[in-house]
Amino acid sequence: MAKKNDALAQIHMQVMWNRLISVVEEQAQTLVRTAFSTSVREAGDLSAGVFDEQGRMLAQAVTGTPGHINSMAEAVPHFIAKYPMSKMKPGDHFITNDPWQASGHLHDFTVVSPTFHKGRAVALFANTIHVVDIGGRGFGPDGRQVFEEGLNIPIMHLFKEGKANETLMELIRTNVREPMQVEGDLFAAAACNDTGSKRLVDMMTEFELKDLNKLGAFIIESSRKATIEKIRKLKPGTYRNTMQTDGYDAPVTISAALTVGKDGIHVDYEGTSGASPYGINVVFNYTKAYTCFGVKCIVAPDIPNNYGSLLPITFSAPEGSILNVQRPWAVAARHIIGHCLPDTVFGCLHQVVPEGAQAEGSASLWNVQLRGGPSVSGGVAFKGNIPEFEMLQFNSGGTGARPTKDGLNSTAFPSGVRGMPVEANEAITPVVFWKKELRPDSGGAGTQRGGLGQIIEIGGIDGIPFDVLAMFERCENPAHGRAGGGTAKSGRVSLKSGKQMRGKGRQSIPPDDKLVLELPGGGGFGSPMKREPSRVANDVKNGYITREAAKRDYGVALRDDLSVDDETTKSLRTQRAAE
Amino acid sequence: MSTNKNSARAARKPQARLGVDIGGTFTDVALEVGTTAYSAKTLTTHGAPERGVLIGMRDVIAKAGITPQDIDIIIYGTTLATNMLIERRGAKTALVTTEGFRDSIEMRNENRFEQYDINIDLPEPLVPRHLRFPIPERLTAQGRVLMPLREDAVEALIPQLEKEGIESIAVGFIHSYAHPIHEKQARDILSRRLPKVSITLSSEVSPEMREFERFSTACANAYVQPLMSRHLTALGRDLRDAGFQCPLFLMLSGGGITTLETAIEFPVRLVESGPAGGAIFASHVAHQCGVKDVVSYDMGGTTAKICMIDEFQPQTSRTFEVARVYRFMKGSGLPLRIPVIEMVEIGAGGGSIAHIDSLGRIAVGPESAGSEPGPACYGRGGSKPAVTDADVTLGKIDPDNFAGGRMKLDRDASAKVIAADVGKPLGLEVSHAALGISEMVDENMANAARVHAIESGKDIEIRTLIGFGGAAPIHVSRLAEKLNVPRVIIPTGAGVGSAVGFLRAPVAYEVIRSHHQRLSKFNGRAATALIAEMRAEAKKVVEPGASGAKLVEKRIAFMRYVGQGHEVAVNLPADKFGADAAKSLRKAFETAYKALYDRTIPHLDVEVLTWALLLSTPLPKVSSAKPVKKKIKAKPVGKRKIIDQATGQFVTAAVYDRTQLVPGSVMPGPAVIVEEHTATVVGKAYDASINALGYIVLDHRKLGKKAR
Repeated sequence: MAKKNDALAQIHMQVMWNRLISVVEEQAQTLVRTAFSTSVREAGDLSAGVFDEQGRMLAQAVTGTPGHINSMAEAVPHFIAKYPMSKMKPGDHFITNDPWQASGHLHDFTVVSPTFHKGRAVALFANTIHVVDIGGRGFGPDGRQVFEEGLNIPIMHLFKEGKANETLMELIRTNVREPMQVEGDLFAAAACNDTGSKRLVDMMTEFELKDLNKLGAFIIESSRKATIEKIRKLKPGTYRNTMQTDGYDAPVTISAALTVGKDGIHVDYEGTSGASPYGINVVFNYTKAYTCFGVKCIVAPDIPNNYGSLLPITFSAPEGSILNVQRPWAVAARHIIGHCLPDTVFGCLHQVVPEGAQAEGSASLWNVQLRGGPSVSGGVAFKGNIPEFEMLQFNSGGTGARPTKDGLNSTAFPSGVRGMPVEANEAITPVVFWKKELRPDSGGAGTQRGGLGQIIEIGGIDGIPFDVLAMFERCENPAHGRAGGGTAKSGRVSLKSGKQMRGKGRQSIPPDDKLVLELPGGGGFGSPMKREPSRVANDVKNGYITREAAKRDYGVALRDDLSVDDETTKSLRTQRAAE
Repeated sequence: MSTNKNSARAARKPQARLGVDIGGTFTDVALEVGTTAYSAKTLTTHGAPERGVLIGMRDVIAKAGITPQDIDIIIYGTTLATNMLIERRGAKTALVTTEGFRDSIEMRNENRFEQYDINIDLPEPLVPRHLRFPIPERLTAQGRVLMPLREDAVEALIPQLEKEGIESIAVGFIHSYAHPIHEKQARDILSRRLPKVSITLSSEVSPEMREFERFSTACANAYVQPLMSRHLTALGRDLRDAGFQCPLFLMLSGGGITTLETAIEFPVRLVESGPAGGAIFASHVAHQCGVKDVVSYDMGGTTAKICMIDEFQPQTSRTFEVARVYRFMKGSGLPLRIPVIEMVEIGAGGGSIAHIDSLGRIAVGPESAGSEPGPACYGRGGSKPAVTDADVTLGKIDPDNFAGGRMKLDRDASAKVIAADVGKPLGLEVSHAALGISEMVDENMANAARVHAIESGKDIEIRTLIGFGGAAPIHVSRLAEKLNVPRVIIPTGAGVGSAVGFLRAPVAYEVIRSHHQRLSKFNGRAATALIAEMRAEAKKVVEPGASGAKLVEKRIAFMRYVGQGHEVAVNLPADKFGADAAKSLRKAFETAYKALYDRTIPHLDVEVLTWALLLSTPLPKVSSAKPVKKKIKAKPVGKRKIIDQATGQFVTAAVYDRTQLVPGSVMPGPAVIVEEHTATVVGKAYDASINALGYIVLDHRKLGKKAR
């Protein structure tokens, strides 16, 4: 039995750990409430965390984006390398949006700020936010080099001893499309770190701590051990999986080999396609983040993210592959490929865990970036005014079916961002959403059905023309099922008047026409012939699947009142089994 | 239980006011005749709750020695609507909606409320897909008709609605908050053809932008309306039959009370009226004690609720989530966009169960042992360590004197389950394991309170903590210490706090409208007209219950910098907007913004999204209690070993009997003050005293000066 003081110290360590998680939660909340970009405030595309003197992450808020898990953690040491803790002053805030030092594209800013306690810098707070614009071509996949994608800020002061770096601010304001919003976001980023610092100092005072060394060691060691313990429950070996995605103009193959060892998991991407000439390339930090998220979901979902819990999970990807590009390759729309990594990893882990892993899903968010205005539709014959506008809306297809549950209909995975209400978008943009509704039959058939995608129809108000900066994935490569589950429907981009459009790249919607997006579903899990006929009937009743699909994909015959025709169903299913 | 606060009889017949709170387990009744208070607790009679109400009322009326005819007003609050939504026992409901938006209530915000658990279930929509009927029609965000309502399509629904046996219909069209024309047209047709079916319009129940929240609110209202209407009508009838001749009012989630007619029209506004009553109770206590910055803390068997109270007014909000399906987690419930008292609720109560998580840390809740089987010490088969088990082990609860000695607790059973589930896995002896459980639940509550404060832009450290509910007095001292709170108040009557709170609530109604305006192009005339229209609507609801009282009006604009996503509530001093309105509105906004976030942002335009008008009767006049001059050293009735959570040492605490304490009594911590249903644990950092009202006050020895 532990001695009294040890016991109390142990309990206090646990309490302080909980407190740190709550502190970063407060930090993140402050950011959400004060931010300007829709991506931060509505969608939750941000992260926040606290780091010890060595730049090791001790706690991270659970926010909308796994893309920041490791990328923010990896960014902080770059800051300390340039500005050592001993040289930092109270009121300093540092900034960068370098894709290779932080989180993979220029739209993401990371801001790092020291916490002072008793006159000494004892910790760092960091956050990463996706701002609405960074100049260049805007948020889309059409760039050929990172230089076309906007302004790149190396690590420097955002605030120096409490005073804003006005030179930097002026440069940013001059180069971005929404200067006030971007500036407002950067102020919010600095302010939320201050909130974190204040709470941390309160905690250190309450528990009479001079530094975070002992607490940090405890958190890191406990998390590392717990993660390893989880890994040791898995069957050692190397498990491979390959997934193909659309790419920009040529398909991209993602090959993963996941090795379960005694003390860790390693994921290697040897065999993955080379870099793309367009802006869908992924910086290695971002590759690590989404890979790690996939591993954690299955192996250790309940262990909080910190330096220790991330240590046992390691990665490699060939330099020059699409998952590890170097400057100056274009990277703006790196989420398209990044979001596919958890599905790839699940394919490996499906071979490891007895219950299996969830089927492939729509994976990549369908970010609808629209741009309108006279300069956009200059050559188009249209009577009437075309107002200038820019709109970003997040939309999701279906998730893959889980081993014991259906997939989720039009729900983001692996990204955790929220969608935006149609009414809120129409209030500020001259477009009309004529449809935003589930897409029947789009989920892969299975004992557990894949989640449904959705159909979206957007027209300009009073028929005005506009452009779409398309970055839509799984138009050629649908989500596959697992364990005998069926393939989902792939996505489709077209004009209401009928013309098929490309999944990637800037294209025009002519006057009085509409953009039609059919989002992909998730794959099924297990044989559809094993799905209870009553559940199939219920799906038909609610229009998730059609009566034809019930017969064709599930071998379930329904009467006109949609009750199950048991006899026909039995013979249909026997017939299928024989085939 | 009755307390005589003032025996001086008024010359005329004293006013008799009755508050009734139907909870999941108990129905609480509070009666005040003049200044004398009586209360009763009976079991809730599920199935026909009005029966339990009458039993409790008769009981308390008998105690007071009066008759039903003597009662001047009855205020009623109920958790029935909430339970109907949680247990999905509402009416068979259909949704009639804009073509193309059949799935808004199912697609929600298209996200997962928990990132790492891939097995989560999203809450089932109240209306299944086959009962959601799309109709061709469309408005713009400005309320212009893009496509007229196809009336024939509404007509064509009738046979289907009849065939399905639909009892209630929600009508929710895109942008109906901007112009209700199509929803009203649809209602005309539906009510003409289906006169027995309840109909809810989204533009009436929640006229605000954001289709998912508005449709969800409309569906919830439609879902509970038929049953609530039946229940409330039956209750009114039963009360009349029993001889009550007074008006019946209903407690609303927003903290006001309203007439039976309004409650039947918008029953969704009755959701969470019990907790709202608790917050009103705490606000009243704050007023009595003259403390302006308060955080109320209500801890029961399953959850703890925390609410910020400024200037004797609980913080309010326009959104709320009911029926959360996953660890009380945000995003896992059904959103309701209605005026509510804003509070955070977490799974931390006396029955919350402790276990070891995969990191080898002690975790507490949100699973609860409830009242059956209850904590292990109840001896009813509970086999997992609950917070109450830890409290018993640590000496905070006296196992021989629980519930006034009517229930004997099994200390050994507590020790056994704590050792098995927490002590052994961590290598801790039982008292330390219990300490860990207690520390963790207190820490969880403190964290929730802190995050809630920051979300609301409030500073918690300057606040006075008002604790009520069965488990609050036991944990409040340590919670206060963790929050750096200088002062704690534990009022009397805390056991039926919600019902007492009902008696303090004003007759009130809040009207909300989405009406977007940028200050750079501000149209003062439109804003003035809107306010007048909202006032007229609120008057219709409030005046019938106000019995001629002069009404108090509060106007709020929800404003933000153009481009932001979250609005700040700004009080509007004026109700008419002239030429310089934009300037004064900007100034008011910047003051409010700065108070929240310590800065303003120059150059950015400001916009108003939503307007709220709250009309209410004035709050009862409360004279603050005078400080007690004469200090008396209270006499302990015994002593007990309790743990000091900060040091982990057992210390000897004096035990006091609350009924023997008089105003001015002082008791240095550590101490335990016992009473019939609970005990107040006073930590070493605090000194306890009894104020002029008989409330227990804990003052921090070092932080005392910070209290405001």
